[in-house]
Amino acid sequence: MGTGKWVGVFAALNIRSKLFWIIIAILALALIPFYLGDFLVVFVTEMLIMALFAISLNLLFGYTGLLSFGHAAYFSVGAYTTGLFLLRVSPSLPLAFLLAIILATLSAWIIGFFCVRLDEIYFAMLTLAFGMMVHTILWKWDSLTGGADGLVGIPRPILNFFGLKIGLSSITNYYYFTLIIVGICIFILWVIVNSPFGLILKSIRENHERVEFVGISMRRYRLFSFAISGCFCGVAGALFAPFEMSIAPDIAFWTKSAEPVFMSLLGGMRIFVGPAVGAAIYMYLKEIISGYTELWMIYLGAVLIGFVIFLPGGIVGFIHRKLYAVGEETP
Amino acid sequence: MDRVMFFFFFLNGLTSAMTLFIIASGLTLIFGVLGILNLAHGSLFMLGAYFAFQFTYWLGSFWWALIIAPLVCAGVGIILERFLLRPVYGIHITFQLLLTFGIILLVTDIVRFFWGVAYYTVSEPEMLMGALPMLGAGYPRYNLFVILMGILVGLAIWFLLTKTKVGKMVRAASSDKEVANGLGINVPQLYAVVFAFGAFLAGLAGVLAAPLRSIMLELDVHTIIEAFAVVVIGGLGSIPGALLGSLLLGQLNAFGIFYFSRFEMAFMYVLMAIILIIRPRGLFGEEVA
Repeated sequence: MGTGKWVGVFAALNIRSKLFWIIIAILALALIPFYLGDFLVVFVTEMLIMALFAISLNLLFGYTGLLSFGHAAYFSVGAYTTGLFLLRVSPSLPLAFLLAIILATLSAWIIGFFCVRLDEIYFAMLTLAFGMMVHTILWKWDSLTGGADGLVGIPRPILNFFGLKIGLSSITNYYYFTLIIVGICIFILWVIVNSPFGLILKSIRENHERVEFVGISMRRYRLFSFAISGCFCGVAGALFAPFEMSIAPDIAFWTKSAEPVFMSLLGGMRIFVGPAVGAAIYMYLKEIISGYTELWMIYLGAVLIGFVIFLPGGIVGFIHRKLYAVGEETP
Repeated sequence: MDRVMFFFFFLNGLTSAMTLFIIASGLTLIFGVLGILNLAHGSLFMLGAYFAFQFTYWLGSFWWALIIAPLVCAGVGIILERFLLRPVYGIHITFQLLLTFGIILLVTDIVRFFWGVAYYTVSEPEMLMGALPMLGAGYPRYNLFVILMGILVGLAIWFLLTKTKVGKMVRAASSDKEVANGLGINVPQLYAVVFAFGAFLAGLAGVLAAPLRSIMLELDVHTIIEAFAVVVIGGLGSIPGALLGSLLLGQLNAFGIFYFSRFEMAFMYVLMAIILIIRPRGLFGEEVA
């Protein structure tokens, strides 16, 4: 092995390289159960699930330029499908996840079919209406969903991984399971946004009329984006149900849909990992502030307002600009 | 259902339609003129309901609350417009939505700070208690009062918009902001007036609704959804649309509870979705080709 290659590796590992940060993040996350107590492992697990939720939503929000106020619907379709399957059908996690992904994608596809025809506020309103429909169904269909009480006692079953049986009831094991699933999903999403398909989405965001002049069907690509984003929100929901072990219809209420949007904005909607960082900051703020005072929402509200007015590029966007000294992108 | 019952259900629908109309007309007016879809409009409604409780408690009379509470809400509206909305008029509509979502969080916790998480009730004023004999039965006087107030507010808005100078300026600004500015209309000031008026209407609806339901947190996020449904059905920015939308939803609420009690709420969203899909600008909205 020549020295040139090693120089290349070291050059890649400086503070400005993405690879450096990815390796640090993976190491830090993989070692978390060794240096944090169970309580914090629970916290980080939820953070990972919310990070996936936010990154999936951001495919539509940040990359395609469509603000959805109804993505809690696909999150809860994923969560309820997994919960119901594990409770009533079979304690097989892979089958439950498969079904959850199929149903979340299908519902996002059907709802998206109607929504992608509209723009801006009308799009936001229609996603809101559909999201609240899902909420009403989950809330009122007592015999299936348990009504206002929701599903209680969702098991964390034993995972049969090619003959290797892994019990997920301990939070450490469930943490690693979540980390691997979230990691795979985020990797797939990363490939998607960096593919030609991702470029088309970005150009739709920037100017959808020009995109149509080139002969690309804007609606079709928006619909793909909508369905993919719904699919991964479904995965996040599927992870959430056995994690919480009980779920209620309020996870489908419209204010829940606003949370991942908030996270994306906090971290930076124009940067791939922005929403994940935003999710971490959001959860951390919520945890810290609610430790001191009941009134944590007032601080979150103030942070949100401050970001909209002063820092619409988000925190990662801000650091990114400082590190790379690129021109300011205003949304 | 016999005829008298049917009529009373219709009146129930009219009562809820009138509070909805008062909320939604403010929301739609703000959208029409300022171009901001104010998610925090429900928060102003909730504030109105809490103020109704507080002023009735302090001053011993619902009537004082009915006068003072909407004015305080208008004051809150002026502060919100001046310090939070004014900096963001130029930015993308998505961010304006998020900003008003931030205001929801703020107001919720301010209310929680002052009033806690308990439920409150306000009783109707003495002269409106009990039922008015009607068709061999009785119908609550207070509901009839709310219907009357709704009609009065509707007439007042119509008068203000069509017969006064400010109203003409508002209509000019809502159809073309730049031309209005060029004609010497002080647009920023007009924005403040319109937002304050919208907040006043939201507060008024809050006071009127207070004796009809329990006052609690989460009133904001539930109310705003109904108000959105109304303005979307009627057409964003259209006052006649808001009237039609609220009359429709009011009757849907009243008879929905009777005929399909389980999925009554879902019908509202289905109606909202259908309108958005087939006629995005609503029944009374201008079609933008």
